[in-house]
Amino acid sequence: MARRPFDIRAQPGFGFIALITFFALYLPIAALVAYSFNAAESLSHWEGLSLRWFVSAWQNTAVQDAAIRSLMLAVWAAALATIAATMAALATTRTAPYRGLTFKYAFINQPLMVPEIVTAVALLIVFSRIKVWTGYSGMGYLILAHTAFCIPFAYLPIRARLESMDLTLERAAADLYATPWKAFRHVTLPLLRPAIIAGFMLAFVISLDDVVITEFVKSGGQDTLPTYMLGQLRRETSPEINAIATVFLALSVLLVTVFFFVNRRKP
Amino acid sequence: MSDRPARNAIEVRSVSKIFGSGEARFAALDRVSVEIRENEFFTLLGPSGCGKTTLLRLIAGFDFPSEGEIFLHGEDIAPLPPFKRPVNTVFQSYALFPHMTVAENIGFGLEMLGKPRAEIEARVAQMLKLVRMEQLAGRRTSQISGGQQQRVALARALAPQPKVLLLDEPLSALDFKLRKEMQIELKRLQHETGITFIFVTHDQEEALTMSDRIAVMSAGKILQVGTPWDIYDKPAERFVADFIGETNFLTGTVDGIANGVGRARLGSGIEIPATIAEGFAPNGAATIIVRPEHARAVKSGGHLAGTVETIVYFGTDTHIHVRLDQGDVFTVRQQNSRSQSCGFEIGDRAGIEIAADGAQVLRD
Repeated sequence: MARRPFDIRAQPGFGFIALITFFALYLPIAALVAYSFNAAESLSHWEGLSLRWFVSAWQNTAVQDAAIRSLMLAVWAAALATIAATMAALATTRTAPYRGLTFKYAFINQPLMVPEIVTAVALLIVFSRIKVWTGYSGMGYLILAHTAFCIPFAYLPIRARLESMDLTLERAAADLYATPWKAFRHVTLPLLRPAIIAGFMLAFVISLDDVVITEFVKSGGQDTLPTYMLGQLRRETSPEINAIATVFLALSVLLVTVFFFVNRRKP
Repeated sequence: MSDRPARNAIEVRSVSKIFGSGEARFAALDRVSVEIRENEFFTLLGPSGCGKTTLLRLIAGFDFPSEGEIFLHGEDIAPLPPFKRPVNTVFQSYALFPHMTVAENIGFGLEMLGKPRAEIEARVAQMLKLVRMEQLAGRRTSQISGGQQQRVALARALAPQPKVLLLDEPLSALDFKLRKEMQIELKRLQHETGITFIFVTHDQEEALTMSDRIAVMSAGKILQVGTPWDIYDKPAERFVADFIGETNFLTGTVDGIANGVGRARLGSGIEIPATIAEGFAPNGAATIIVRPEHARAVKSGGHLAGTVETIVYFGTDTHIHVRLDQGDVFTVRQQNSRSQSCGFEIGDRAGIEIAADGAQVLRD
């Protein structure tokens, strides 16, 4: 195959830089995964293969508790964010362009731009006030906060799909006596499904992974897996952390793989 | 409203569609009025950008007129959304639902109307038979050919038995042979269903062969409405004469007009009889048109004279281009015979004899 004159792969040093980058990215992760199978009590000293830390983490009620909370939180936040994102995507694509539309895009995507720590502090202040007023200190705050920062991640794939979708299909549905709701229900939604699933999974992973906002917003006894792990590192460090992180990694890889296949499938 | 004559399926009254405003203001339709009769195969013909698709979209309800009214069987439908109009569309891109089978596509309209399942199934079967697609009912629309997709689009639009079927250049994506087949198929479907068809095309031949009546459009206006024969043989305006078929334009003067016929004096000074377009105002020079097949090249005599410039052989006929002594080129089309050539060589002197009913005077 003929190379194009400006093929970046032909530039001197390309292979070397790529290699360094891959090492920097994946060597620590590889080490973490390897050490999660370590039999030793220490985080850094190798004593042979074992699954003991997986078993130990699995039996740790604090880990179980945090894991279940993390998953529940991610499911709720991702679901709510996906619904909101779908509506936002419909509202911003199924309309003639108007002044202020770009501003709305930016507004919807602002959680991507605003530093997380700013949002976290702001939520801490607002929510602590509300907690005092209402006396409610349940998971609702975390769900709300996670939903908010998950919206842009769900919004982007859904909007992309809507923009590439043939508007004539919805017009054809309307021509064949479908009211706007029925046209959405029978034509737009089925064609949008892969993007909605992709958006949901992205939001799910983002919620599962969050530390900063969760740390600020959570009430006592509301540790998620990431904040639990952070808390553990502050005290003595148990190799359980490695095992949990490895499971986390496996889950993410699984989700990304599913995401890839769902997105690739033609409607 | 019921006192309106029922024979009009669609009546468009002084409809305008304005896009943009200020300097970017553009009238896609400029006070268009037209009446489309029941059971008619009616064609909107014109070049791209003439407003024909805009008019179709207004009738379908995808867009609303800036002013004017659209009546369907006497009822003003202009303010209704598309799903409340008993009018269906065959889209240029077919717009078949990719996540449904052929049968589900065809049944979609009836399902949206809330018809009982048994009725839908019976109707879908009937439609599949009508478009000869029984074997492919369970296929996905991505698994069938372009011509088959076209048939499914037709069946889907016909299934709810609309009062009017709108067709937006439905044949433009098909190859030549399939297009010819579908032209015949469309005529058959229109005949069998008795539904009024409004067909949009830029293809003049398609319009002439299929339509009961044609409206020729240009720049947001309807220039002429008539049967294919009217449009071809008695074009009213230069645009119509030029857009449809080949035409020789001559300048001359006209007098003695009576009952739509007058005497046209050609550049050579010879007078010939000519039909006069409606709305013609005699004010000196007039444009006289003659179709190439309504004139003959002759060795001597004739109404005009010139020199043969080119001869083009087309199999069924030969086109002889004669440079007239007045300067213009006049094209003559002559039927070929197997044993004889057209009898002229390039550079020969030739006379042009115009058939007794061959000349039409335009109004512009």
